[in-house]
Parts: sequence; structure tokens; C-alpha cells
Amino acid sequence: MNNKVTRNLYLFPYALWIVLFVVAPLLLVLYYSFFDIEGHFSLVNYKTFFTPVYLKMTLSSFWYAFLITVISLIIAYPTAYLLTKTIHKQLWLLLIIVPSWINLLLKAYAFLGIFGTKGIANSFLEAVGIGAKQILFTDFSFVFVSVYIFIPFMILPIFNALNELNPTLLDAANDLGASKWITFRRVIFPLTIDGVKAGCQVVFIPALSLFMLTRLIAGNRVITLGTAIEQQFLVTQDWGMGSTIAVFLILIMFLIISLTGNRKRGV
Amino acid sequence: MTNAIIQFKQVTKQYDNDPAVLDQVSFEIERGKFYTLLGPSGCGKTTILRLIAGFTEATKGDIFFNGKKINDVPANKRQVNTVFQDYALFPHLNVFENVAFGLRIKKMKNADIQQKVKEALSFVNLEGYETREIREMSGGQRQRVAIARAIVNEPEVILLDEPLSALDLKLRTEMQYELRELQRRLGITFIFVTHDQEEALAMSDEIFVLNKGIIQQSGTPIDIYDEPINRFVADFIGESNIVEGKMIKDYLVEFVGGQFECVDRGLNPNESVDIVIRPEDLEITTLERGKLQVRVDSQLFRGVHYEISCYDKDGNEWLVHSTKKAAVGDEIGLYFDPEAIHVMRFGETEADFDRRLEAYSAGDAHEQ
Ligand SMILES: Nc1ncnc2c1ncn2[C@@H]1O[C@H](COP(=O)(O)OP(=O)(O)OP(=O)(O)O)[C@@H](O)[C@H]1O
Ligand SMILES: [Mg+2]
Repeated sequence: MNNKVTRNLYLFPYALWIVLFVVAPLLLVLYYSFFDIEGHFSLVNYKTFFTPVYLKMTLSSFWYAFLITVISLIIAYPTAYLLTKTIHKQLWLLLIIVPSWINLLLKAYAFLGIFGTKGIANSFLEAVGIGAKQILFTDFSFVFVSVYIFIPFMILPIFNALNELNPTLLDAANDLGASKWITFRRVIFPLTIDGVKAGCQVVFIPALSLFMLTRLIAGNRVITLGTAIEQQFLVTQDWGMGSTIAVFLILIMFLIISLTGNRKRGV
Repeated sequence: MTNAIIQFKQVTKQYDNDPAVLDQVSFEIERGKFYTLLGPSGCGKTTILRLIAGFTEATKGDIFFNGKKINDVPANKRQVNTVFQDYALFPHLNVFENVAFGLRIKKMKNADIQQKVKEALSFVNLEGYETREIREMSGGQRQRVAIARAIVNEPEVILLDEPLSALDLKLRTEMQYELRELQRRLGITFIFVTHDQEEALAMSDEIFVLNKGIIQQSGTPIDIYDEPINRFVADFIGESNIVEGKMIKDYLVEFVGGQFECVDRGLNPNESVDIVIRPEDLEITTLERGKLQVRVDSQLFRGVHYEISCYDKDGNEWLVHSTKKAAVGDEIGLYFDPEAIHVMRFGETEADFDRRLEAYSAGDAHEQ
């Protein structure tokens, strides 16, 4: 009995935190979504969301988030694999993780310098004879910078999954006649799928609501749900519409988490 | 030899600049027999299996399979399957798919796969477990899945790396019988690794005793138990009393201050040797009848016999296995036959050792 009481006592600060900073804001967002710009209770925001403008925005958000996730995965998986093979793997991992500690804005500004008309990238293109290009404010630069920012979050879970893989399983597959490729397809990949899922979650979901980068790097050419929310709150001052988009964003996140969920099967 | 399926010729394995893990090892494995590699931890048993399976390459020397050199054949192309020490079953596949893994890679027809997996599972008494997940299987069952996964491919050789070490004593004894029985029924060559000498004696047609990367002795369990080549083998296989001695002349050896009749000959006069007498060859008797006089130090009841530890006046320990009880602190005599004395020369090679033993039996034949 006593034990239970103390445990509840310990849980109290945590519960308080959750209620104040997670549950309450969510409820507030839901509440605001039912008011139009004049402050009258209505469902007009939900109707607006299902108009082509917003549906297209949702789709394009998905598309960019998807691109960013897939490209990150394609780069991160082999990188994580090579990392597990190096001698000082923890050190290498640290080197990859460290950039993710630097503020996102700082990194964005750094890329403004690199990709700018007089930046290193263009100097290089000129030097090899291709000539300067408009790099900044394109889809390419947006995806490139996003991938750069998210890649450590993709590498980490995949690295952990690969690192936990029992190496005798690879010998066993080899012993049973599997080539390197078949071993990868039938053993390594299925056994690290949880790491891949975790990586995709932590990349896809934030990528869906990216907003600073869309302005700085993509020059507002890319409008994601995150940008839309920001605009509604700060520019149009339509809190109701902003909240409605947020509600959908939250729903989508829950959907993704539950779809890529049920982890941990191992022995 | 025509029946040899695997041959090692002067195989050396060395990591970086460490001392060699295997040092010029040569041996032959004959088709259809049960072989055991026996030796203490780190002596190179797993390394030999890995060389045969193709997971690692020999630094020097050649490995032959069916008369063909296979040093450069990759593991997935070798006619060998392994039962790993930790079983290495695929945790994301169920029992059926684990066993079917090798067959699916060979792109066998589905109906055939069903049939073969079923057969293999019934071979190891696991019918009806097809859809179980690996984590739902006990240690003994997992081991049998691992065996089924190996035999279903119908390899010519199965390598087993201490597959029983994780099991409790009862299950282990049971599995020893099952494995031996399985090997007889299948007629496949088994190469079994263990560091448990009783297991090796009970199961094998032939034992290789390894130490520090060198095969110390090979032979049938009885050969090795009865005629250990040196102190290491005598000590490792069963319990032994080992003392230093001197060969006075043919058929006469001196140790612990006495001279005793023995059956060995052909050694140099006054050559220093090691003497082995097995505890079960020592018989408790009166002080007068005993060839050795010792004092009983302690006694343990071992179920079928008493294990009695005695000391002679020079402080050598003598272990006796006897069905008769002794009283701790008593002075007793120990009797043994001339045949119970095993004389081991220092640094004798296996070939010389075999020649010497053969000469004895030829000699016996003459005398009769
Ligand atoms: N990859 C490696 N790099 C360096 N040394 C190794 C490597 N693999 C094995 N060794 C060394 O080789 C020696 C023999 O190893 P091996 O695994 O064959 O021993 P073992 O007889 O199977 O022992 P155990 O009974 O403990 O399994 C050991 O001293 C080990 O440290
Ligand atoms: Mg081993």
C-alpha cells in the first residue's frame, strides 16, 4: 500500500507536466478550431480545410516529408551499416550526432551562405565549368537542407538496431547458402526494420510540420502544413483556421505512429 | 585414404601477430562417422569448425573436401551445415521458416519444401511446432530446430559447436543419446565440439584432443582413455594419478621410491617418464599386500563409487575409485596390476606413440 502511495507521489510531477503542457494545449487547440475568424462558434474551418487549397497543401506536405524521409533512409542505412563495421564506432557516431545539437536556425543561415549566389557551391559550379545556378529558394535546396538536418535522427535508431544484431545470424544465413544480398534481404533488413520504422517516424513527423526552412531555404515556394499554421497564427491572425490545421496534423501524426508501431518482437 | 571427406594439411591459423591459434594441424575426417573435437576453452575448436564451414580463411595450409581443395570456396557454396553454439535461429521467422530457410534459397518448389521440412521436424521430434515462434521454444527445442535446419539441406557434414552446453544435465544426457542416434540413422558425418570429456567419450567414434592449437592425440574413446599420450591428455580425459618416474629397463619402472613391473618396453634405460594410473585401477587392500602405502585423507560418496583421496609418505596425492568404503585417517595399501601402469615419454609425437603401442601388441602376439 505504502509503496503505491510513494510511487504515485513520484509520478505526480510527471503527470502535472503532461496535463499542463501536453493535454491542456491539445484541448485548447481543439477548442479554438471550432471558432471562425470573428470568434463565433462554427464548423466553417473544417469545411475550409477540405477545399482544394488546403488539400493540395496537405498533399505537398506529405510529398516533401516523404521525399525527405526516403532520401534520409537511403543515405542513413548504408552509413549506419558502415559505422557498425568501423573500429571506433562510438566516436564516429558522436561526430555524426554532434551537428544535430546545433540550433536549426544557425544551420539554415549557414546554408544561406553556402548556397547563395556568391556561395561556395556556386563558386564550385563555376570552377568546374557548369556556371552559377540559382540554388537557394528551390525544391532541391529545401530537400537537401532538410535531409541534412534530419539524417542524424535516422542514423541513430538504425545504427542501434544493426549494432544489436547477433553476428552469428549472418554466419548462419551464409552457412545455409545465402549470398550477401539475400542475407541482407532476408535477415539483416527484417531484423532492423524496427530501427528503420523508428527513424522514419522521427524524420517524417517533424518534416511534415517544418516551417522555418520553408521560408529561409525554399523562399516560401514550398508551403507545408507547418508553414500554413504559422501564417494563420502570425500573419492572418485566424487562430481558428490555424488550430484546425493543427488538429489534422496531430491526427495524421497519431495515425503514422500507430501504423508504424507495434515494435519489439525479438526473442 | 579413399573414404576421407575432409582433410586438413598443415593448416595454420593466425590473427595478426598473435601466436598461432592453430599450428600446422593435419587430420582426416572419414565419411559417416561421429567425430569429436575436445579441448579446453580457447584451444581452437571453434576455429577448426569455422575453417571447415568457410567463415574464416586459413593463414597457411590446405583444406580438402571430397579430395578438392576448398580454401577459396565461399561458405554459402560448401556442402556443410553448422549447428551454432547459440543456435543462431532467426528470431523473425517461425520454426517452419527457420528450417525452410536453406531450401528457399535453393528455390525449391513449395510442395517439396513443405514435405522436407515436415520430415526434418519429425526427425527431431518436433512435429506440430511449425507455426511456433522461436521465442516460444525451450532451450532443448531450439537446439532441435537448429539441428533440423541443418539436416534438412542434406549436407555431407554437419558441424556442431558445443550445442549441448546450455542445457541442464538431464536434458543434455537425453540429447546426447538423440544426437548419436540421429547420426546413425542419417549416416551423415558429424563433427562435434565440446570441452566436456564425458560427453566426448560417450558419443564419439573418434576423438581429437586439442590443446593450444595442436592436436595432442586422436583415436577412439577407449584408445584415448586407456593410453593417453601425455600428461595433458591423461589429465583432461578422466581423472588420473600422474607422477614422475624413471624407466629402469624393459618391463620395470620406478616411481615414488619403489620399482614396479609394467608392460612397457623399448624405452631408453633410465629414461625419465610420466606415469599414469587411473583411480579405478587402484584397489584398496591391506598394508602388506599393497604396492603403495598411503593414508586416507578424505572420502566422497559419488553414487556408484566412493572417491577416496589418499597421500603417500612423499606427499603425492592418490585418487581411488572404490565400491568399498575406507576410514579417513587409516593407513591402507593400494594394489594395481602391471597393465594399470601407463608410461608416457616426454614430447613423444603421436606417430611414434602409435608405433610403440603397436610394437607391444605385436610382441604380445609373438609371446603367445
Ligand atoms: N577474430 C579473432 N581475432 C583474434 N583472435 C581470435 C579471434 N577468434 C578467435 N581468436 C582466438 O583464437 C583462439 C581459439 O579460439 P576458438 O574460438 O577456436 O576457441 P575454442 O576452442 O572454440 O574455445 P571455447 O571452448 O571457449 O569456445 C582463442 O585464443 C581466441 O582468443
Ligand atoms: Mg568455441
